[in-house]
Amino acid sequence: MNPSRYLRQTSLIGFGAINQNKLLQAKVLVVGLGGLGVPIAQYLNAMGVGTIGIVENDVIALHNLQRQVLYAENEVGAPKLAVGLKKLQGQNTNTKFIPFNTYLNATNALEIIAQFDVVVDATDNFGTRYLINDACVILNKPFVYGALHGFEGQISVFNFKNGPTYRCLFPHPPKQDSIPDCNVNGILGVLPGIIGTLQALEVIKVITDIGEPLTGKLLLYDGLTQQTRSIQFKRQASSTKISQLKAAYETPDCVNDLDTITIEEFLRLKTPFDLWDVREPSEFKDFHLPNAINVPLGQLQNRLNELSTINYTYLVCQSGKRSATAYQKIKAHKPNAKVINVSGGINHYLHHYGNS
Amino acid sequence: MTILLFGVTKDIIGTPTLSIPTANFTGNKTLKTVGDLRRFLTNGYPELAKLTSLAIAVNNNYAKDTEPINSYDEIALIPPVSGG
Repeated sequence: MNPSRYLRQTSLIGFGAINQNKLLQAKVLVVGLGGLGVPIAQYLNAMGVGTIGIVENDVIALHNLQRQVLYAENEVGAPKLAVGLKKLQGQNTNTKFIPFNTYLNATNALEIIAQFDVVVDATDNFGTRYLINDACVILNKPFVYGALHGFEGQISVFNFKNGPTYRCLFPHPPKQDSIPDCNVNGILGVLPGIIGTLQALEVIKVITDIGEPLTGKLLLYDGLTQQTRSIQFKRQASSTKISQLKAAYETPDCVNDLDTITIEEFLRLKTPFDLWDVREPSEFKDFHLPNAINVPLGQLQNRLNELSTINYTYLVCQSGKRSATAYQKIKAHKPNAKVINVSGGINHYLHHYGNS
Repeated sequence: MTILLFGVTKDIIGTPTLSIPTANFTGNKTLKTVGDLRRFLTNGYPELAKLTSLAIAVNNNYAKDTEPINSYDEIALIPPVSGG
């Protein structure tokens, strides 16, 4: 390695060659290569973190491009992990990457996280956050948290040197649908860039032990006013007694046990069917498949009696996440309902069949 | 008492801050603890009651429901957020 590569850091008073070497030795796991994960991975990689693991199983969608600045127009439809890794490896050929082409779930989380020193939570749903929290508590690993809502962000360092955890702030996951989940609400493109780079900075501080990592502090960032506020909180014994993972975490991404067909299979259907589009009315108005009925996820519960008892009802949304949630909700109320999830959703349709 | 609203609580209440009296017209203190405040707010804004997970900070410190509050305290409602 060319020693001058990190000259700006090794010559920085208060950082120096000693800390650069700590970065080289460090193994960091980034969970998610989306809005937060992209700037996190790019900066950790550029700055010389020696080993970077990435967990990602999604494909690039057109509506990702306004914030996931690693990806390009001609890569829409391609896997984020493969595309991202190629670019990151080109950015720094010295970095050892460990890719995990999967979503984090209760089965694989401990095995994956055990291989790393620090975990970065760059996910977009509560289920995976609580899974990361619990796995890190069990394995005694620090994790750097970041999340967004509208123009705001939250950042903290959890479970670091016996500090408080995510459950010390929010002991239990919110009831489903009480808080927008899974990126159903909007995000201003630059916000994850800001929050993600703040997370990257916290990772560096945790690895090198410089400054004051945000442990025991929740940083609240408001992009509209450029105001930040730091809330102090303590470790709660009741929230940190975790000896094993729960059997399942509500992760819309990790839904395996549902009846699913691809958009291609759906388009070849010959039998009569119903099609429910569970996106919001504004999204439905922009574009929807022929003969689709708009049943936004929030209204689903009140409209279950509209489900056909004769035909199968196919569920579609933008990416397949909300329709998977809709599938689970319907099955929870009507276990025998004849419903099937269309994976990949409208994104997949538009990518393969255009707008015509 | 000033209440700062974050995340979805700002969307529900429709403003970034809220000012509420902690005593009634006779001067009796009506909101004595964080728990009192939580009940007051969820009565006034039923949508808040749906938030099964909502942290409350008093003067930038995470507070339990038993924590006493005063009119000069600055309160923050902090729901979990999820986007990424």
